[in-house]
Amino acid sequence: MPFYSEKVMEHFANPRNVGEIKDADGVGEVGNPVCGDMMTFYIKVKNNIVSDVKFKTFGCGAAIAVSSMVSEMAMGKTVEEVMKITNADVAKELGGLPPNKMHCSNLGADALHKAVKDYRQKQGVK
Amino acid sequence: MKTVYLDNQSNTKLDEKVFEVMKPYFTQYYGNPQSIYSFGAVSKDAIEEARRGAADLINAAPNEIIFTATASEANNLAVKGMAYGLKDKGRHIIISAIEHFSVLNAAKRLEKDGFEISYIGVDKKGNVKEEELKKALRADTILVSIQYANPEIGAIQDIKKLVEIVKKGGKAAFHTDAVCACGVLPVDAAALGVDALTISSPLMYGPKGAAALYLKKGTKIVPQIDGGVQEFSKRAGSENVPAIAGFGQACKTAKQELEQNAKQMAVLRDKLISELPKRIEHIYLNGAPQNENRLPNNVNFSIEFVEGEALFLLLDAKGIMAASGSACANKNLKMSHVLDATGVDTAVGQGSILFTLSKYNTDEEIDYVLEEFPKIVQRLREMSPLYSYFVNTGKRKEAGPGTDYEHEHDHCDIDEDA
Repeated sequence: MPFYSEKVMEHFANPRNVGEIKDADGVGEVGNPVCGDMMTFYIKVKNNIVSDVKFKTFGCGAAIAVSSMVSEMAMGKTVEEVMKITNADVAKELGGLPPNKMHCSNLGADALHKAVKDYRQKQGVK
Repeated sequence: MKTVYLDNQSNTKLDEKVFEVMKPYFTQYYGNPQSIYSFGAVSKDAIEEARRGAADLINAAPNEIIFTATASEANNLAVKGMAYGLKDKGRHIIISAIEHFSVLNAAKRLEKDGFEISYIGVDKKGNVKEEELKKALRADTILVSIQYANPEIGAIQDIKKLVEIVKKGGKAAFHTDAVCACGVLPVDAAALGVDALTISSPLMYGPKGAAALYLKKGTKIVPQIDGGVQEFSKRAGSENVPAIAGFGQACKTAKQELEQNAKQMAVLRDKLISELPKRIEHIYLNGAPQNENRLPNNVNFSIEFVEGEALFLLLDAKGIMAASGSACANKNLKMSHVLDATGVDTAVGQGSILFTLSKYNTDEEIDYVLEEFPKIVQRLREMSPLYSYFVNTGKRKEAGPGTDYEHEHDHCDIDEDA
């Protein structure tokens, strides 16, 4: 059995929504170059709905696939729905991750949630 | 799809001639070498022929060769077996910081059993610090184990000199893990003056399932597998005859071809080492420069702003098989202890990529790597926040806790036993 699921490899080889949003409404960054992975998520929010997501990721195959999957899952959802996306949801959507790579899914959901928190702060919402 | 295999430090392709030598011992002469009927005798002869082959490769006597199943087993036998054999004289052991896990973890096991371990550091190029070794030697030092050549950064130690230092300072036994040197460099166990030396079959175009420990005549050792009288009662268990026969042939072939193979591989190594930096910015060679004491088949670069596992996965998609010392590429999620010991920056070392060559690699294959690899690096840099930060600010993103990381303990410091 290959190390990564087909879906992980597909997202890794063809990641969706790579890039930056210059006038983003929220930015979230997690990770650390020393740990070997770091993610930056950018979101645009229109009428409480995430209308655009972009990311940049430094990391392994799983980290890049998770970023891509998270960006797809967030697109078009309300900010409340986005905050409910869990690490487990991301891993499940990817058809599972190897046990020692599960932490990569934490990173993806965390970066996204941080972008939403940043957006809320900028809106003055606590 | 074209395939280019460049992970020869973890395994080499079996030589066809070696395969031919092995074949009869699977279905034709399957007798146990310890049995005295004719089938057994043929098997026994095959093992003794292999023993002469292995001994001849490293200028040893045949009765100084103990066959084992793997090099890890041979390293365990050397480190634990000699430690227990010599424990009446002391309980202090010295190893280098860049040893293979089979030496490192064998020493750690001994530590739990009351032995004391000193670790000798290496310089930037991977050379063992001689002064540290001198200082570490004590009256109760019973064993020193220092690798001959390192699979990851290609550093070749001056074992003869290190043995002289150890023997001058006391009576400690000296073991060297020479799996990366044997079959690649000329190795003369007698001239080196070592007491024990590890050889591996699958790293020299031989089959898996065979390795050997050279043990100088008269060296005390306690077997790590108890049982029958095989291997001079130092390693029990029915012999893996086809693998050992193949290993013997691999040793003979290596002796004939070694010089030519080394020259041929060095040309390809030098091409990669000189051409990659012309095509990729911000990359750093790990280990010694190619004109110094570096294995002729080893190329290891750290590629800044990208991560090693992502690099080799994309290389694999192009049919190129390589390795990495990054944390994510290691099952224990820690950056390679070898890169760490040579002082490679932890963030930069995450982008390490390791190409190890064999006699089967061609110039055309290297051209293919030179064509594809820079594109892969570019593609990953385009999605790297570290790279865009560098391009925009001219600065490297600060590493460390200041990077606002909430789950440090879930991630960076993953429990090894998890």
